[in-house]
Amino acid sequence: MEHRWAMAIDLDRCTGCEACVAACHAENNLPLSTPAEAAKGRAAHWIRVDRYWEGEFPDVKLKYMPVLCQHCDDAPCEPVCPVYATYHNPEGLNVQVYNRCVGTRYCGNNCPYSVRFFNWFEPRWEAPLDLQLNPDVAVRMGGVMEKCTFCIQRIQRVKRDAKEEGRRPQDGEVQPACAQSCPAEAITFGDLNDPESRVSRQASAGRARRLLEELGTKPKVFYLQRVTQALPAK
Amino acid sequence: MATALDTYDKVRDDLWRPLNGASSRYIAAVLLTAALVAWGLFAWGYQIRTGIGVAGIRRPVMWAFYIVNFVFWIGISHAGTLISAILRLTHAGWRKPVTRAAEAITVFALMIGALFPLIHLGRVWLFYWLLPYPNERLLWPNFRSPLLWDLTAIFTYLTGSMIYLYLPLIPDLAELAARGSNGWRRRLYRLLSLGWTGSDREWHALERAMKLMAGIILAVAVSVHTVVAWDFAMALAPMWHSTIFGPYFVVGAIFSGIAALLLVMAIIRKAMGLESYLEPKHFDNLSKLLLLMSLLWLYFTVNENLTVWYGNETEEMNVFGARTRGPYAFLFWAMVTLNFVVPFVLLGIRRLRNIRTATISALAVLAGMWLERYLIVVPTLATPRLPAAWGGYQPTWVEISITTATFAAMALLYLLFSKLFPIIAIWEYKHVSEG
Repeated sequence: MEHRWAMAIDLDRCTGCEACVAACHAENNLPLSTPAEAAKGRAAHWIRVDRYWEGEFPDVKLKYMPVLCQHCDDAPCEPVCPVYATYHNPEGLNVQVYNRCVGTRYCGNNCPYSVRFFNWFEPRWEAPLDLQLNPDVAVRMGGVMEKCTFCIQRIQRVKRDAKEEGRRPQDGEVQPACAQSCPAEAITFGDLNDPESRVSRQASAGRARRLLEELGTKPKVFYLQRVTQALPAK
Repeated sequence: MATALDTYDKVRDDLWRPLNGASSRYIAAVLLTAALVAWGLFAWGYQIRTGIGVAGIRRPVMWAFYIVNFVFWIGISHAGTLISAILRLTHAGWRKPVTRAAEAITVFALMIGALFPLIHLGRVWLFYWLLPYPNERLLWPNFRSPLLWDLTAIFTYLTGSMIYLYLPLIPDLAELAARGSNGWRRRLYRLLSLGWTGSDREWHALERAMKLMAGIILAVAVSVHTVVAWDFAMALAPMWHSTIFGPYFVVGAIFSGIAALLLVMAIIRKAMGLESYLEPKHFDNLSKLLLLMSLLWLYFTVNENLTVWYGNETEEMNVFGARTRGPYAFLFWAMVTLNFVVPFVLLGIRRLRNIRTATISALAVLAGMWLERYLIVVPTLATPRLPAAWGGYQPTWVEISITTATFAAMALLYLLFSKLFPIIAIWEYKHVSEG
């Protein structure tokens, strides 16, 4: 394969501002939810910021962890789909084909990261929000599963531009919406097949860990974090 | 002095009587169940039109009532298999007045159970995309998916159990066509009896076919519920990913199947005046089987939970805690009481064991086994690996209406079946009387 797209998220930089969440909503035409539906747990956020507390009040440390589809190389969601709606594309992306999906929701149950979102109803955007839909991204119908695509529309555009100019896509040229909007520049996106790319260097650095790596899912999102040994309280 | 022929005539008259006429109670029962079924169909239509969001399912609990009902009804369908196939193969003579009632449960429960994967689909109008046929999408279904195994297993089982119900009906139908009916019924029975004349050759062929089907259906039944268990066990979810789920589900299925059979027998015994055919000894034997399955169920449940608790892995323990101490604790201990304590006391103590306590135990086990499936499906999904994604579940009127409607559908199908076909195999019963 020509590319192997991956992401690195520097947790030591993340401030939990959720700009990535807002940017993702705008870029990917995420369906809007109502307060009542959101309270039921039906709001869709392809990227979310999980919060973890350390210590006892008042000596509390809050940690943030943006969680999105990990684009696992051994993705548990893929084999369970009866209609091949979710599959692995040649560039290592875990792709959701909305038109194929019949809505068994098995993939959602089998995702250890809980990053798959179901369209419980036909999506609706109240005016004037219906005018801000991104024309590069399909609007999903009711009854199908969806999730983070690593902004595949942006990957395609960069590849097309590069091909027209007769060159390879450069490192950093593909910027998913979350990476582009991160004020702390905590998110890096790139090609693991290029050993010199920033994401390759970060992925092999000492701070890199992967989420629930022990399950053998081989995720392609790397979390960078300085590991400190907690000292017993004196 | 009554001759054998007199006895046979009496048996035939007794078992043909319910086929004719309809009491006002019968008509009331048909109307009530039909109304409930219609209401359930309306709820399903509303769900298809508005979106599956009208059900209570949500992230992360993406499977709930519908899948619980699916497993429950497929489990109930094991009534016919066990009673009829195992007892036929082991030549247990007491089974004979029980087999047809059991086989009918199997077919109806499967028809209802097989509906739930459809009701549960987000886009049910595209359900046929799961079927392997050459299509314009140039795409075969994914045979790596346990859902495809499920589909294959259930269709095989439904086909097999329909044949298995039909074969022993043939001699009765032929006799009904010859002497017991007129008008459209006679034409129907004649058509369905496939020109049966009762020659020696035909009897031999029938018995061979039934023996063969009993063997096949037994293997299919075990595999069906194992495959249903694999829907869960193949998933990488805490307390689903268990190696004993296959046999655990088969045991649970047979357990609830016997309970369903006991309940149905108690009802038709009273409603159709079959007191002298469905005797206390039949209830007694089935009660003992129910007790045995209750103990087996407890054995598997202890195995499943003890290993999780002793292993003490965080993610499994979160689910275990939710089930035994957390939000699902009441349901969990209710399940243990209904599935083990009630039948163990009522049926285990010989003085207490009679038709009434057997019926009460059967009701308890049916409720308990429904809860068991709920406790397998929901707590695991509500407690995924990343705590930030934890959630809950509340059913809506749509799910409750559809669930109620399926119980009504079972009753309605049974009411209609018992009006069209003798609920006890007359020719088989005759063998008992002679033997």
